[in-house]
Amino acid sequence: MKVTQTGIQKSLRKARRNRNAEIFRRFRKNKLAVIGLVVFLAFAVVAICADFIADYETEAISMNPGNRLQKPSREHLFGTDGAGRDQLARIVHGARVSLSIGFFTTLISMVLGGLLGAMSGYYGGVFDEVLMRLMDILLSIPVILMSIAIVSALGPSMMNLLIAITISQVPAFTRIVRSSVLTVVSEDYIEAARVCGARDFRIIVREVLPNAIGPIIVQATMSVASMILLAAGLSFIGLGIQPPQPEWGNMLSESREFMRDYPYLVVIPGIVIAISVFSINLIGDGLRDALDPKLRN
Amino acid sequence: MFRYILKRILLLIPIILGVLLVILFIMELTPGDPATIMLGTQANPAAVQALNEELGYYDPFPVKYFNYVKNALQGDFGHSWQTGKPVFDAILRRFPVTLKLAFYSVLLCAAVGIPLGVISAKKQYSVLDMACTSFAMVFTSMPRFWLGLLLVLLFSVHLGWVPPHGIGTWKHYVLPVVTLAAPTTARIMRLTRSTMLETIRQDYVRTACAKGASERRITVIHELKNALLPVITYLGIEFGMLLSGAILIETVFSMQGISTMMINAIRMKDTPQVTASILFFAVLVCITNLLVDVMYAVIDPRIRAKYAKAK
Repeated sequence: MKVTQTGIQKSLRKARRNRNAEIFRRFRKNKLAVIGLVVFLAFAVVAICADFIADYETEAISMNPGNRLQKPSREHLFGTDGAGRDQLARIVHGARVSLSIGFFTTLISMVLGGLLGAMSGYYGGVFDEVLMRLMDILLSIPVILMSIAIVSALGPSMMNLLIAITISQVPAFTRIVRSSVLTVVSEDYIEAARVCGARDFRIIVREVLPNAIGPIIVQATMSVASMILLAAGLSFIGLGIQPPQPEWGNMLSESREFMRDYPYLVVIPGIVIAISVFSINLIGDGLRDALDPKLRN
Repeated sequence: MFRYILKRILLLIPIILGVLLVILFIMELTPGDPATIMLGTQANPAAVQALNEELGYYDPFPVKYFNYVKNALQGDFGHSWQTGKPVFDAILRRFPVTLKLAFYSVLLCAAVGIPLGVISAKKQYSVLDMACTSFAMVFTSMPRFWLGLLLVLLFSVHLGWVPPHGIGTWKHYVLPVVTLAAPTTARIMRLTRSTMLETIRQDYVRTACAKGASERRITVIHELKNALLPVITYLGIEFGMLLSGAILIETVFSMQGISTMMINAIRMKDTPQVTASILFFAVLVCITNLLVDVMYAVIDPRIRAKYAKAK
């Protein structure tokens, strides 16, 4: 008995590995997606190593009136802003803020929404009904309004921005996880696991979620991109990251007044946002095609 | 059909009550009491307490919620803590600007996005298709407000064709509308393209070809009519999104719409004004979605038939 079971497990593991390799192979064949991944990884490395590239206190925060509004030069590749700070240093440190907002809000809302959605789809019944009506209500409030409401109530700060964005993302994840759980929950292997006497939690985590993960990963990737845009937008209207802390959105709003004579101050941060979001969208598209080749047209 | 519409309208009521509950609950978390904000920190504590009591600040949340709904049904959404005037008057006065912005944008999206999507699908993998697809990717990746800044830089500062901010003439609306519409147009184009690609391969299109219908007749009657159904739904949903997307755009172009008023109210901690503005937007979006659903049922004979049979 023991022997056969490990045998089954071994072949199961092998099958899973084959499937992942197949997905990876399909992803690799998509040139745009690979380019997106490379660009995104470059951004991530810059964000992680920000402190080695430029000193936070002296170069990205402290004002230097004698050095203000310098055009891009060898010394200041992206020029300096209205307070005499090196724009490259601020963009590099801003990358840390923007990318971590995109990443962490997505991660937390994916876990929260994932659990709620999985429970809702798995148990069904009254719990499902009540939760889904609540999500209907939350989904009918546009994401930006929802986060503006939360930030305006709690006051603008990094933590509150994170809370606001995370909460506004949870309903979408709940919906997606629920619907993908519903597609697998009636499969025979779920019934088999139940017959074997596995507990509900184990079935959800070990059987249901891994088989429903495709759409969730795609949604998560796209969510990172839209959260970066949302955070930049909220910071731009003064409800997100507060100056002097650098963030791509608030850099744009701070430099706006100098736009006429120093266009590079608004052009460069915007390009940086666009490239990072673009690369993430490319990855998302690539993942979608790799996970489900049927969807491709 | 009528019963379906009625059912949808009745379903809207609990949703709006729920939206109100969520928004009031969030605003309840705001620190500080109204009287201190209105009278200032140096005010007489007794006066502060009296005013707070009068405004119902010490009531438990369910009572506040009930009172808000009761007053709202009578058209009273509270008074601004800043100006003392009814908040709804200010919202209605500024609403036309926001509505115009969103409405023109949706028209532009449809006028540009749908034809481009159709041509892209008909000439799949042509240069034009590739160009449209790439532009669509670029437009959906850039922040809207940044696109607005770039357009101001080019068309107002350098070329001087249109004014950079304000709401006086139609010229003031050109840049904001284009800015707001750009990413949505890209999405509409992509959607039209993919639904067109689907319908092109349908059997009834081949039948029409075999019967010798002209190319143009096939495109308009057989393909477009079917492909546009999801696009129209999406346009409706996007209209709601454009209304809330106008928040950033109004800031970029300093337009005196609801959004700039709302952001100003947030800065001044004018809670009734903020609550009512957010609520106004949210309800508007809900109603738009309802209209879309109803319209969808009206224009799609398949859905219409389903309801006719159910009766």
